[in-house]
Amino acid sequence: MAQNLIATIFAQTEDNSLATPGINRATIFFLIATGLGLSCGVASFIFGHEAIYNNTREVPWGMLISTYAFWAITSTGLCIYAAISHLFGGTKMAIVSNRMVWMSIICIMGAFATIGVEIASPHRMIIYNILSPNPTSNIWWMGTLYGMAVGCMIVEFFGIVTGLGKVAVILGTAGAVAEVLANSCLGGVFATLPARPYWYGGQLPIYFLTAAFLSGACATVFFNWLAYKIRGKEMGEPVKTAMTSAGKAMLMVLILYSVATFWRLIMYYVGGAELGRVAASALVSGPLSVNFWVLEVTIGLLIPLLLLVLSRLKNVGMMAFAGILILIGQFVARYDLVAAGLLVPSNLGWDNAPTYLDYVPSFFEFGVIIGSISLVAFGFLLGERMFGKVFEQKEH
Amino acid sequence: MNIKDLEKEQNEGVETLPSEERRKFLQMGLAVTGVFLGGTVLSLSSVSSATGGVINTSGVVPVKGQYPYPKHLAMVMRQNHCVDCEKCMIACRETNHVPVGHGAWRTMIQERITTVEGVEKQEFRPILCNHCNRPPCVRVCPTKATFKDPETGIVVMNYSKCIGCKTCMAACPYNARYFNHDKYAIDKCNFCIDTKLKESGGKETACSAACPADVRVFGDLNDTSSKVYEVLHEPDNKIWVLRPEAGALPNVFYTNA
Repeated sequence: MAQNLIATIFAQTEDNSLATPGINRATIFFLIATGLGLSCGVASFIFGHEAIYNNTREVPWGMLISTYAFWAITSTGLCIYAAISHLFGGTKMAIVSNRMVWMSIICIMGAFATIGVEIASPHRMIIYNILSPNPTSNIWWMGTLYGMAVGCMIVEFFGIVTGLGKVAVILGTAGAVAEVLANSCLGGVFATLPARPYWYGGQLPIYFLTAAFLSGACATVFFNWLAYKIRGKEMGEPVKTAMTSAGKAMLMVLILYSVATFWRLIMYYVGGAELGRVAASALVSGPLSVNFWVLEVTIGLLIPLLLLVLSRLKNVGMMAFAGILILIGQFVARYDLVAAGLLVPSNLGWDNAPTYLDYVPSFFEFGVIIGSISLVAFGFLLGERMFGKVFEQKEH
Repeated sequence: MNIKDLEKEQNEGVETLPSEERRKFLQMGLAVTGVFLGGTVLSLSSVSSATGGVINTSGVVPVKGQYPYPKHLAMVMRQNHCVDCEKCMIACRETNHVPVGHGAWRTMIQERITTVEGVEKQEFRPILCNHCNRPPCVRVCPTKATFKDPETGIVVMNYSKCIGCKTCMAACPYNARYFNHDKYAIDKCNFCIDTKLKESGGKETACSAACPADVRVFGDLNDTSSKVYEVLHEPDNKIWVLRPEAGALPNVFYTNA
């Protein structure tokens, strides 16, 4: 009975045009890559986190935390745009909002997979987050809210698939509110630590939210472009219009984000704590300067800005390229943010401490990153194959 | 009106005030109280009565008689007495079974060479957990795996609740926390609460007992006859704390007395 029901639902949602050997091979490839990548993280539970990750007492966080933040922020952005479209209707992006909900779920899964192997004892988290909650902890709020958000979005997506429009709208809104609050708490995790002047301050939570709006718009354009590319189909006019809308959002938030990045950096050089200035210099002229100037600024901000202007927000391929460049820049920006805050030793001036500590992600850390990217790629292909028709729906 | 003329005027008294004015005044008073009360309720400080730093004339020493814990344990480092013999570090490691490697230590002696009037001078600075009155590590822990002992103010760990998110390590201004791979949880100095402090009836920590130069003065700040109280409140002693800008209100103090 239940099997019949599921079969009936999938018969209405799946896109058989994607049942090609090429797509199947790609899907299986990303599934295997996900398994192999994340098994690098699972190995940490067998051999010990301290043995396979390059984190130390002085640099307790690294690339896994920054990747978690990157996926979580992207998920928030996708969820917000989808919710705005669902809630208020009439927006030009509404036509692609179902795909955005799915990708928001997939991105948050990428985030959970990464943090799941970064935390030393996730089983204790499941138990004591409930039995011994600390309401002053940003981490507690962030985990709880992201958990709630993903729950809401899964039910929302179920509502979309089964045609329960009202359920989808209510839970979509609840999910988006939870995502925004969770994103804000993620910023708060860093922003409320006076021990790290590079992070400390009220700007960071809003900076993360701006990054969410930016990454969400980029992911919307990129994944929609890719969805049509793998089908070898031309976008219809309404979808192109949706892409122009997303491109507008991308351009506008890119400018806002660039302004925020500029002032954030300048701030450290006009006064304030010395440790903050030393950390900022890691980006400007120190060990993170190539990351910052080449990947974050040039590839992640300036070239996309130029591409978006050149595309006149009509050339979807160019906008998608700008989108993926921004996402690369955002990925590096999250890493630089985490690393810069931790690379300055607390015993600066004593023990002949170097100005910057040494942290390079380990092979296993890179493995987890590849695993999380593969997970998102697998989720994308799976979604297109299983729910392609839902993503194509003009209204719901 | 000239201020001198104003002085000659008689106070009109409250009898002549209309009742509407009185009500307004009362309302304003209630509003001010409400805002203050609301601020207190919303405060995220672990110890709402915690004081120190700016409100105190000497800068960092908590106000006399206002220690939030019944037996408020603290340590004063007489920094200029330290000769880097490392006996404190050895005693700590042995007493508290601190594992070797992976940056595991509970106390450490930092070293630097400074030049004073052309003469090079070697300085040693012992460090350990500062058992802050407003501990950032306690605030950020999602599962209350680290908390202030209500009796002594010591920042302690409940290892079985630690999820290993390492936020406390990032939050600590003093680099006082490490990942204990034996316990598979974050660990830290706990003023020997379960070892030497217990054995000595609350009088000593392993490091303070082992120090041959009497660098580490340990005791209860609520006991006005204790040495730690004396050193801390001797007006001639210049007292400082590490990283006061972090606002953590530490209970480990430094002096050259």
